[in-house]
Amino acid sequence: MSRSQADVVIVGGGFMGAATAFFLRQRGRSVILLERGLIGQQASGTNFGNVRRQGRFLPQLPLANRSREIWGKLPELIQHDAEFLMSGHIRVCYRDEQADQFEVYAKEASQYGLKLDLFRGAEMKARFPFLGPEVLSASYSEKDGHANPRLAAPAFGRAAARLGAQIVENTEIATVEKEGAEFRATSTDGRTFHAPVLLVTAGAWGSLLSEQFGEPVPIAVHGPQMAVTEPTTYGIQPVVGVSSPHIEEVLYFRQVTRGNIVIGGCARGPAYPDVRRAYVLPQNTLLQFKQMHRLAPALAKLNIIRVWSGIEGYMPDDRPIMGASGNVSGLYYAFGFCGHGFQLGPGVGDTMAELIDTGATSTPLEPFDIRRFAAVATQAQQAA
Amino acid sequence: MGQPVTGQPRVVIVGAGPAGVRCAQTLLAAGISPIVIDESRRDGGQIYRRQPENFGRPYAKLYGTEAARAEDLHTTFERLRPKIDYRPNTLAWNVAERKLHLVHEGHASALPYDALILCPGATDRLMPVKGWQFAGTYSLGASQIALKSQAVSIGRKVVFMGSGPLLYLVANQYVQAGAQVAAVLDTSKFAQRLRALPKLLARPDVLKKGAALVSSLKKAGVSVVNGIEPLEIVGTDADGVQGVTYRDASGREQRIVCDAVALGYHLRPETQLADLARCAFRFDEPTRQWLPQIDELGRSSQAGVYLAGDGVRVLGADGAELAGRLAAYAALSDLGHTIDASTLDELKRQQQKMDRFRLGLVEAFPWPAAQAARLSDDTVVCRCEGITVGELRRVTRDEGACEANRAKAFSRVGMGRCQGRYCGHAAAEIIADAAGVPVEMVGRLRGQAPVKPLSIATVEEVE
Repeated sequence: MSRSQADVVIVGGGFMGAATAFFLRQRGRSVILLERGLIGQQASGTNFGNVRRQGRFLPQLPLANRSREIWGKLPELIQHDAEFLMSGHIRVCYRDEQADQFEVYAKEASQYGLKLDLFRGAEMKARFPFLGPEVLSASYSEKDGHANPRLAAPAFGRAAARLGAQIVENTEIATVEKEGAEFRATSTDGRTFHAPVLLVTAGAWGSLLSEQFGEPVPIAVHGPQMAVTEPTTYGIQPVVGVSSPHIEEVLYFRQVTRGNIVIGGCARGPAYPDVRRAYVLPQNTLLQFKQMHRLAPALAKLNIIRVWSGIEGYMPDDRPIMGASGNVSGLYYAFGFCGHGFQLGPGVGDTMAELIDTGATSTPLEPFDIRRFAAVATQAQQAA
Repeated sequence: MGQPVTGQPRVVIVGAGPAGVRCAQTLLAAGISPIVIDESRRDGGQIYRRQPENFGRPYAKLYGTEAARAEDLHTTFERLRPKIDYRPNTLAWNVAERKLHLVHEGHASALPYDALILCPGATDRLMPVKGWQFAGTYSLGASQIALKSQAVSIGRKVVFMGSGPLLYLVANQYVQAGAQVAAVLDTSKFAQRLRALPKLLARPDVLKKGAALVSSLKKAGVSVVNGIEPLEIVGTDADGVQGVTYRDASGREQRIVCDAVALGYHLRPETQLADLARCAFRFDEPTRQWLPQIDELGRSSQAGVYLAGDGVRVLGADGAELAGRLAAYAALSDLGHTIDASTLDELKRQQQKMDRFRLGLVEAFPWPAAQAARLSDDTVVCRCEGITVGELRRVTRDEGACEANRAKAFSRVGMGRCQGRYCGHAAAEIIADAAGVPVEMVGRLRGQAPVKPLSIATVEEVE
């Protein structure tokens, strides 16, 4: 059976894996990137395409800022812009309590260098005339925007390959283990991939690998509920998203320069990692229609032409798993990005490459440490 | 309306063409009153499309040689209508969790079913040709709709180009209606038809009708040319179609002046609903396309979902009537009814004959797969999104997109209003050629809801 060797083996060719492969090659490390399907097909390729920092868990902003820097340099870096557009992003709300939270968040985010401008009433109407009458307040982030998820991760994958990364698609990894100083990943058809460092970037499938090193995590699997309209005149620049404690109100949309409006939110759908399929439930599409009447009534004149979904991994605390293993040296994780990993992709790649290459990173990762679930893992072991 | 008789299984038929009508008739005869969902305003489907109520053209004029069959189907449906739950102007836009999702006049509703029989029909199978995006280029099906429904021709001087029985049928209907047909240009060779003859003889009556169509065109002075290769639909964005150029069988380039082109290469089943119902598909070697799997009665791989008519296998209108009956029997049998074995055997025997004839047609008028390789890079492949053949080849060769959905994701081919229904087959051939792989390895564009564009203004009905 075939045997391959590198400095680093990465399991999972989504955005995180592809970007890390690229940045590791930039640092001169040899890389094998293993992917069960094609690069960037699941959560990475089917998400909404938000390049949004505002609204994130504050300790995640340094990582998001690092990522945002890279988004602006994609053409020089990977010879592809992934259709990134610094279009601006607004968070809007229907209630006073969220409007108050916008003000608190804006103050706190400014500590992290994220500038947010708040708009209300006539000023908001003048600035964003497409918003419905129920919208109370808007928090505007000028330097955020959106990009095309169908293109971003594959573009990183191709750039990594150009730099010499070995990208192995259509290869499902069954087992991962460490023998002496070396990790071995074995595919379902018996090929083995060896390296002193192993990085797991397997998204919704991450726990299936981390548990083989005694670090299972409680990951839930869902599919985003996406839709797109027919093209219409390009006129709405910012990405728009609702902030609400009620998930059915959390609609978001963006217009691409081709003119189509991409819509998502309001619910999550069923996803089946074993068959690699996820579905949009018809009632969720209709729910999005209903919410669109509130958020941007004029858009109700449009038709949707397609819906789609993909497979996303969610953690119970809505934070990803990122950093070194708590159990095994040379083992690293970056998965479970809870439906908000797209913006982070380039930053995760850069940070993980730095961490693997130098043993440390300037970007704080403590809140994302896998050891926060160690108690859960111990309980599970005891129960078993 | 909508409430089944207590204790009766709820059987839902989609489509009121030949397959759907015969299916409803068979179910009703067995004591089950089905719900018939149809996107059209009136029954008849595409082939026996009915004219608007205030139009008075006689059957013979509208349907020619098929007048008797059309009238029989329409009369049958008139008799069924008071006894079934018929819902015209209703789009089945999605299927999930054993419910059919409908939209009617802007209102959405969900219809649970015990058995779902899909008879959605077929649309034209198209191979791009340079210039086919110019105004005045129609599919054969659309040309026929213009004539049957509205009594209008697509142009003053029309070229019919492509292959398949519909090419000759529609050209004839245009001649009968008094339109000027500049030429009928068929990519298939006479020799291919000769070779297919043994299979075509499975239905000598239909073969005779087909031959009559060709000779009637010739009698009317229409030039009928075989073995051509389309080169270009000449025109401009401002003025639309101005002519057609093609290479004749002897290799000479020819040019015909016209202001409209009707284009089509036989038909392709409308399979989105079967796809959304998660029916398994298989690659059909003779026609080079992915089709839903069915057994000899029309059972799909999903329990309770049946497929009939040109929406699963293009047997033509007579074959669709037969398939509609068989699917009804399959559903009845699965619902616990006893079916007379000799009736079933006779229908199956007829169906085998029709299938042999179908394969004959596929050989006589083959899908011109090889043309894909010869299309120039500046030819538009996806008309909705305006994507060229060159761009599709680029993502295949330079970005490694050798699978249909991957190439769609990278190039936007198939991402527009039609969702790849018109460009998907040709795109697969272009990808296969550029990647150097067999077309079955390219796969097929996965069907996604909605089946047709759905307005955001659609309001959900709460039951």
